[in-house]
Amino acid sequence: MANKIPRVPVREQDPKVRATNFEEVCYGYNVEEAMLEATRCLHCKNPRCVGACPVGIKIPDFIEKVKDGDFAAAAAVIAEDSSLPAICGRVCPQETQCEGSCILGVKGESVAIGKLERFVADWTREQGKAPSGPVAEKNGHKVAIIGSGPSGLACAADLAKLGYEVTIFEALHRPGGVLEYGIPEFRLPKDKVVAAEIEAVKALGVKIELDVIIGRTVTIDSLMDDEGFEAVFVGSGAGLPRFMGIPGENANGVFSANEFLTRNNLMKAFRDDYLTPIHAGRKAIVVGGGNVAMDAARTALRLGAETTIVYRRTEVELPARKEEVHHAHEEGVEFRMLTNPVEILADEKGWVRAVKCIRMELGEPDASGRRSPVPVEGSEFEIEADTVIMALGTSPNPLIAKTTDGLEITRRGCLVADENGATTREGVFAGGDAVTGAATVILAMGAGRKAAAAIHAYIGSKG
Amino acid sequence: MLTPTICRMEVEAPRLAAAAQPGQFLIVRADEKGERIPLTISDYDIRKGTVTIVTQPIGASTADIVSFEEGESFADVVGPLGNASEFIGMSTEELAASHYIFIAGGVGTAPVYPQAKWLHEHGAKVDVIIGAKTAGLLIYKEEMAAVCDNLHICTDDGSEGFHGMVTALLEKLVNDGNKYTQAVAIGPMIMMKFTTLTARKLGLPIVVSLNTLMVDGTGMCGACRVTVGGKTRFACVEGPEFDGYEVDFDEAMRRQGQYRTEETAARENHVCRIGRGK
Repeated sequence: MANKIPRVPVREQDPKVRATNFEEVCYGYNVEEAMLEATRCLHCKNPRCVGACPVGIKIPDFIEKVKDGDFAAAAAVIAEDSSLPAICGRVCPQETQCEGSCILGVKGESVAIGKLERFVADWTREQGKAPSGPVAEKNGHKVAIIGSGPSGLACAADLAKLGYEVTIFEALHRPGGVLEYGIPEFRLPKDKVVAAEIEAVKALGVKIELDVIIGRTVTIDSLMDDEGFEAVFVGSGAGLPRFMGIPGENANGVFSANEFLTRNNLMKAFRDDYLTPIHAGRKAIVVGGGNVAMDAARTALRLGAETTIVYRRTEVELPARKEEVHHAHEEGVEFRMLTNPVEILADEKGWVRAVKCIRMELGEPDASGRRSPVPVEGSEFEIEADTVIMALGTSPNPLIAKTTDGLEITRRGCLVADENGATTREGVFAGGDAVTGAATVILAMGAGRKAAAAIHAYIGSKG
Repeated sequence: MLTPTICRMEVEAPRLAAAAQPGQFLIVRADEKGERIPLTISDYDIRKGTVTIVTQPIGASTADIVSFEEGESFADVVGPLGNASEFIGMSTEELAASHYIFIAGGVGTAPVYPQAKWLHEHGAKVDVIIGAKTAGLLIYKEEMAAVCDNLHICTDDGSEGFHGMVTALLEKLVNDGNKYTQAVAIGPMIMMKFTTLTARKLGLPIVVSLNTLMVDGTGMCGACRVTVGGKTRFACVEGPEFDGYEVDFDEAMRRQGQYRTEETAARENHVCRIGRGK
């Protein structure tokens, strides 16, 4: 029977202090904390956590090794299924996946699987003992991966381990995709964690070519016809920002969350020694309720703006992870729920001065079971602001589909692919946000791994 | 250096050079800490694997670029970005029946060059107006003369060519009986605005190339939003060229200045690191 100790709390930076810096919020477990937390796992015969993990990490096995203090062995167990454990331990929505299905969570608190994964990955990296896993001998087949985000990295790592000659093409000047431009430093440190895990993928023999835009610099057709790539995996993500389409949206001081976060994360605008400018203003309003909205709000706050999140449903419906919402609250982000912008008001110079909003109430549940918000007539009011950040979701970039023969897309602009990632074009596979629309890092990794297996089978079948 | 401040560079980028077409742009980053700067491609040579860019110091990052010595490398060069000019898709007959008038202002003269050259090589008739404040700031005169039928020069102070703005010269040329089928203006936003107003008065269709703010240049950030025909468009992926009549220039100019406060601060605090081993 399991011991009765409660879930070991994780140490975090003080909210008042961290609201003014970009250092990581969560410190993670130390050796004692991790080993203690590991004793809470029941080692279920049919572990539901493994089934709930999109990449199927053998969770009870690695936790067993943590309990024994054999962290290198724990890392080796994780490495069989995940190439980015320090990242996933930080940004996975564990509460709806592994931890959400943990049997301990039924009556009490689930095992802190995410924090344990993070501990193992951080410990092995800091000790210089990161496992590489067995790499097969080179088989001479070339595969191109488009995009160096989570799906591309996961696909590349699996294929490299199988012996393929893998080249990742990345449009931006740093690899990592959303890990680099989207998720802020205080949630996912770039040099310490992201760059280190990408180095580990490169150590498997994966080449990364930066500054190459597929569909502009080269095309999928030219990669396959002229450069000898036998298969292509498209993991180009969902990079196009949505706007509301309300009056005044092109006023100065209105930004997409993508622009705001890219300036801050990829271009490091928060650092004085980097040249890219950013405008957080005095009073910032962030529109939206997802993880990206939380990231944008917490970034604006750190840059010195009084920050308010405006969302059209209630806090219960916020799509963001609970932990992110909780952190945002703690740091002093204000939440105005059941509120929806209808117009951006500008001053005589064309700069934002306020957002005109309307109050909402929840109506009847719609087809998805969610109660849809309806405006309360005549309830318009203004919120003062000099910065507005739109975090309304993103859709896939149409460039690749437009420049590749035979690649079909859905009405929403997503690439059509089966459950193994095969697209409508032979030899071209796809996964991650490019197929699903904006989702999570771990789902993208899962799709990348499935596609790697499918590419292996496809190239094998050609003989 | 083309003038004391305007600088031309040939950059080695084989994949980019092989894919570039008239009207497209690229993005460069001088060093690890620099901005991503969009610049229109001024020429490309597949054989040598090079592209040519022309720039002048506007902010701290462009100042870094201009301070490059021959043989130094950019941290990054990426492209080509944006759509090629529409005439790329015209038939031989259409091209033979076309008479283009390019209106080039300042640094905008450089990206006119590959367009004029392409049209000239493909059988279209091409006139070019190059305008500058004063004779010393005129660029690309000889190069342009070699790829167009008639080159017209104007300066604000009358130190060379026609004495007056490009708009006045365009109006004069049309009133003199020149029958142009299409105008293309590339230069500062304010110049494109007034050239468009003139073209409209003359009943001349006009294309403009918008040099908006951008971060990634691939459609991700939306900093380049412009209102064209009442609709929001992304200049980076839907442009950079648009029908001049449809562009909301006042909004575009206002949006260009969005980071002016931050940029002024950066310029004042900026110590150039190029060539000092960072």
